[in-house]
Amino acid sequence: MATQQRTPTRRHTSSARRTSFPSPYEQRAPEGAEDWRSMYPYNVLFQPERRAVEEAKFWFCDSQHWPTVLKPFETIGPELSTKCLGQFNTRYFLVPPAGGLECRVHQGYVYHHPVTVERDEAAARVPDFLRRAGYYFAHWDALLDTWKGKVLATIGELEALRFTELPDVQPYEEVERGVGLDAADTLLGGYDRLLALCHRAWQHHFEFLNLGYAAYLDLFQACGQWFPGIPDQAVAAMVQGVDMELFRPDDELKRLAKLAVELDLDHLLTVPGPGRHTLDSVASAPGGRDWLDAWETARDPWFNFTSGNGFYAEDRYWRDEPALPLGYIGDYVRRLRRGEHIDRRVSELVAERDRITGEYAALLDPAQRTDFDAKLRLARQVYPYVENHNFYIEHWSMGVFWRKTRELSALLHRAGFWPGENDMLYLTRDEARGALFDFASGWARGSAPIGPDHWPPEVARRRRMVRALASRRPEPALNRPPAAVTEPFSIMLWGITSERVRSWLADLDTTGDLIGLAASPGRAEGPARIVHSPAELDLVQDGEILVAPVTAPSWAPVFGRVRATVTDIGGVMSHAAIVCREYSLPAVTGTGSASTRIRTGQRIRVDGTAGTVTLLD
Amino acid sequence: MADQYTVAFDSGAAPFTARVGGKCAALLTMTGRGVPVPPGFAVTTDAFDAALDGGGLRARIGSLLAGLDLSDTADTERRAAEVRGLVTDRPVPPPVATAVTAAYRVLGAAQDVPVAVRSSAGTEDLPAASFAGQYDTYLGVRGADAVVDAVRRCWASLWTARAITYRAAGGMPERGLSMAVGVQSMVDARTAGVAMTVNPADGDPSKIVIDAAWGLGEPVMSGETTPDHYVVDKVLLVPLKTTLSPQHHELVVAPDGHGLLRRAVEDARRGRACLEPAEVTAVAELAKRVERHYGCPQDVEWVIARDAAPLPDSGPRVLLLQARPETFWSRRPRARAEVVPGAGVSSIADTMLGLGTLPT
Repeated sequence: MATQQRTPTRRHTSSARRTSFPSPYEQRAPEGAEDWRSMYPYNVLFQPERRAVEEAKFWFCDSQHWPTVLKPFETIGPELSTKCLGQFNTRYFLVPPAGGLECRVHQGYVYHHPVTVERDEAAARVPDFLRRAGYYFAHWDALLDTWKGKVLATIGELEALRFTELPDVQPYEEVERGVGLDAADTLLGGYDRLLALCHRAWQHHFEFLNLGYAAYLDLFQACGQWFPGIPDQAVAAMVQGVDMELFRPDDELKRLAKLAVELDLDHLLTVPGPGRHTLDSVASAPGGRDWLDAWETARDPWFNFTSGNGFYAEDRYWRDEPALPLGYIGDYVRRLRRGEHIDRRVSELVAERDRITGEYAALLDPAQRTDFDAKLRLARQVYPYVENHNFYIEHWSMGVFWRKTRELSALLHRAGFWPGENDMLYLTRDEARGALFDFASGWARGSAPIGPDHWPPEVARRRRMVRALASRRPEPALNRPPAAVTEPFSIMLWGITSERVRSWLADLDTTGDLIGLAASPGRAEGPARIVHSPAELDLVQDGEILVAPVTAPSWAPVFGRVRATVTDIGGVMSHAAIVCREYSLPAVTGTGSASTRIRTGQRIRVDGTAGTVTLLD
Repeated sequence: MADQYTVAFDSGAAPFTARVGGKCAALLTMTGRGVPVPPGFAVTTDAFDAALDGGGLRARIGSLLAGLDLSDTADTERRAAEVRGLVTDRPVPPPVATAVTAAYRVLGAAQDVPVAVRSSAGTEDLPAASFAGQYDTYLGVRGADAVVDAVRRCWASLWTARAITYRAAGGMPERGLSMAVGVQSMVDARTAGVAMTVNPADGDPSKIVIDAAWGLGEPVMSGETTPDHYVVDKVLLVPLKTTLSPQHHELVVAPDGHGLLRRAVEDARRGRACLEPAEVTAVAELAKRVERHYGCPQDVEWVIARDAAPLPDSGPRVLLLQARPETFWSRRPRARAEVVPGAGVSSIADTMLGLGTLPT
C-alpha cells in the first residue's frame, strides 16, 4: 500500500540514508570466524580475483530457504537447487527472459543473483520455448503422472541405500562366483549414488515448477493490466487449491485426533512429553490397535514431513520422531474437547475463491472475459504442482537423503573420524568422499586410516566458526541495488520489490509500523511470540501472534494456536503465505526486520489485508 | 409514516421519483434494503404543487418570466429574484406545514433535532433535471418552523438565474415544474466524504475511490478542502493507495444545533489519516452495497458519527447520506488495457518478453 503525503508533515528522517548495501569484500567476519572461507567449496565463495565482476551484481539474501548458517555439507542445497532451476530455464524449456540464479555462500548465509537474458536472446528463444513448454502444458497431467513415478523411484532408490559396517572378510561364496569386488566398492558407489539421487531429486523439483509459475504469472500480469494495482493476494486467491497433498500430513493428524476421541483413547494422547511410550500405552488400551493401524497408514508416506524446511541435515522428521506428530495430535484432541472446529474451512475457502474470481470476471467485457477464463483455466491446472511438489521433494525426498547422509556420518563416527554422530556435516561433500575413501582403504589395508587424527580438531575448529557466524544476522542484500527490481520470480517468490529494497536501505529505525506484503487477509491483535527455529515451536501459546524470520508450511499444526503470522522474508507466493491463506490466518510477510524489532510478549496488531504490523506497546 | 405530503424514509413506501425526487427515492430504497441511513422524510411534490397551485402562483411566475432574454444577465437575475420572493413570501399551506411538523417531530420526539434540508429534484421524471448542487441545501436547521421555512427556500431555489438558464439551454419547459425536499437528521460527523464505485481517473471498475475529511462532508463536495484520498480494491476491499492531505479546518454542527461552525482541527488530528483502515473498508463496503443494488457505478455521500460505536461483527458504522448513479464513465467506453490475448504458452511467451516493464 503506497502512502504519499501531499503536504510534508513532521516525519522522522533517518540520518545518512544508505544508497547501497555493503560489498561482500568489505564485510568483516564475526570474531572467531575470521577463517570461515576455508570450510566452504570454492565455487560458492566470492573469490578475490573476481571482485570487479561480483561487486557489479546485486545479491539478495535467501533467508527464506536458508534462514540459519549452513554447515559445509549443506551447501549441496543451494548449489543443486540453483543449478537445476537454471537447467530447465536455459537448456530444457528455453524460458525466454529467465536464466537461473547464481548462488554464493557468504559468512554462512546464502545469496542469489538472478541471471537475466538479453532481450535479443530472449526473443530468439521463443520458438523453442513454444514448442517445448507448449508440449508440457498440452500434456500436463500425463507428464505429471510420469513425474510422480520418477520421484517415487528416486525415493525408493534412496531408501535402499545402506551405509553399514564393512565385514571382516568378504563371504566365501563371492570367491566361488568370482565376484572380485569388495564391500568398499558398494560403500563408495553408494555415496556417489546418494549424491546423484539428490541431484536427481532437485531436477524433479524444477521440471514443472517454473512452467507452473509462468502460467500463474501470465494470469497475474493480465489482471494487473485489466485492474491496475490489483492486490497480489487477489490473484493468488483465484487459483487457491484446497485439496492439496501438501496439507495431507496435517489433515492426517486431525483425522487421528478425531479417531482417538471416538475410540476413547484421547486421555492417553494428552499426556505431557509424548513419545514412543505413548504409542505403547495406546497399544495396550482397548481399541488401541485400531488407532495404531490408522497411525501406521498415515505414517507412510505422510509423516515424511519435517518441522523444518528440508534444507538442513538435522531437520527433525515426524516419521523418525513420534513426539512431533503426537504433540500436534494432543493439541488437536484438546481443541476437540473444547468443542473447537479443527478442520480447514474448505467450503468457505472455495466459496471465497469463487466469489473473488466471479466478481473480477464480471467487470470484464466479453473479449477480455474469454482471455481471462483461458488464462485462469491454465493457471488452475498447473497450480496444484506449485504446492504439492514441496511435499514430494523438500519433505519426502530430502528427508530420506539427509537420513542416509546421517547414517554414513554415524558409520565414520564409530570408526573414530569425528566426535559427534553428525559431524560429517562439517565437511564439504567432496571432503566427505575423501574421508570415506580414507576409511575404506584403511579397512582394505588392515591399518588405521588418517581421518581419526586429522578430522576431530578440524571439525572442532569449524564447529566454532559456524557458531560464531550464527551469532550475526545476515545483511538482506549486497552491493548496489538496480534502479528497479523487475525480475518477476524474485518479486513473486521472494518478495524482493523496489520498495522492499528501499526500506532495507532506510534501515528503518524503531519508530512506527512495519510494512510488509499483504500475504493473507484479515486482522488480529495479540502478544507476539518470536520463533527463530522449529525447536522453539513448543513455546507457542494459544492466542499469540507468531513472528519468525521465515516459516515453513510444516508449521501448519501450530497455526491452530496462533492468531496471525509475521515473517521477515517471503513473497505472497511463498509457501508460508500459501499455507496461511489455506488456514484463513492473517499474515504479513517480507517485513525485513519483524523478528528482530519485536519482542516476545509485546502486543502487536497485524493487518494481513493492508500488509502492516503495528507495535502497540 | 407516509401521507400525501410527507414520506418517511423508513415507511416502506414505493420510491417514486415523480413524488419524492431522485435523492429521496434513493434514501427510501436504501433504508428499505437495510442500509444504515440517518432517519428522515421526503416532502413530496404534492406539497410543492399545493403551495404553487394555490392563489394562481404558477401563472404569476409564468408572466414574470415571459419573454425573458437570457443574454441579459442583469434582467434575468432581477426577475429570478422576484420569482423567488413570490415563493418565499407566501405561507406554506397549513395542511403541508402540519404534515412537515408532524414528520419532523417523529425524528426527535422530546426535542428539536438539527436536520439537513435538501432539495430533491432531478430525474427524467421531473422536468427540473438538475446537476449536483444546483438547488439549495440547508444544514443545521432546528425547530419545526425553521424546517418549514427551509423547505420553502428549497422550492424557491428552482428559480435561480442559473437554474432558469440551464433549463432554457436544455429545452426544458418551465411549465409543470415540481420539486420534492428531503429532511434528514444531522449526523454529528467525525469524518465524512464521498465514495465512487469506479476510478474516476481511468474508469477502472475494480476500484472504489474515497475522499474523506474531518467533520461534515460539505467542504469535500464543494471543493473547499483537499480531502484524504483512498483507492480501494472493490473485490477484496483492500486499500491500495492512500494520499493524505492535512486539513486545517473542519465544518461541524454548532453546539446549540443551529447552523454550522467552522473550527480549527487540533494538531493531534491534523496530519493523521481521517479514516482508519477498518473505516476505509467499511466505507467501501457501503458504496459496493449501493452499487450492487442499482447494478451500475454509484457516487455516494457518507458520514461516520463522532460517537459511533463499532457494530458487532461489522466494524465501524458508516451512514449513507446520498447515492446517485455515476454518469461520466457509465456513458463512455474505457480505454482497453493492452493484455497479451489468449492463453497458454504463446501468451505466456509474449507476457514474458514484456516483463522488462513489470511494475514493481
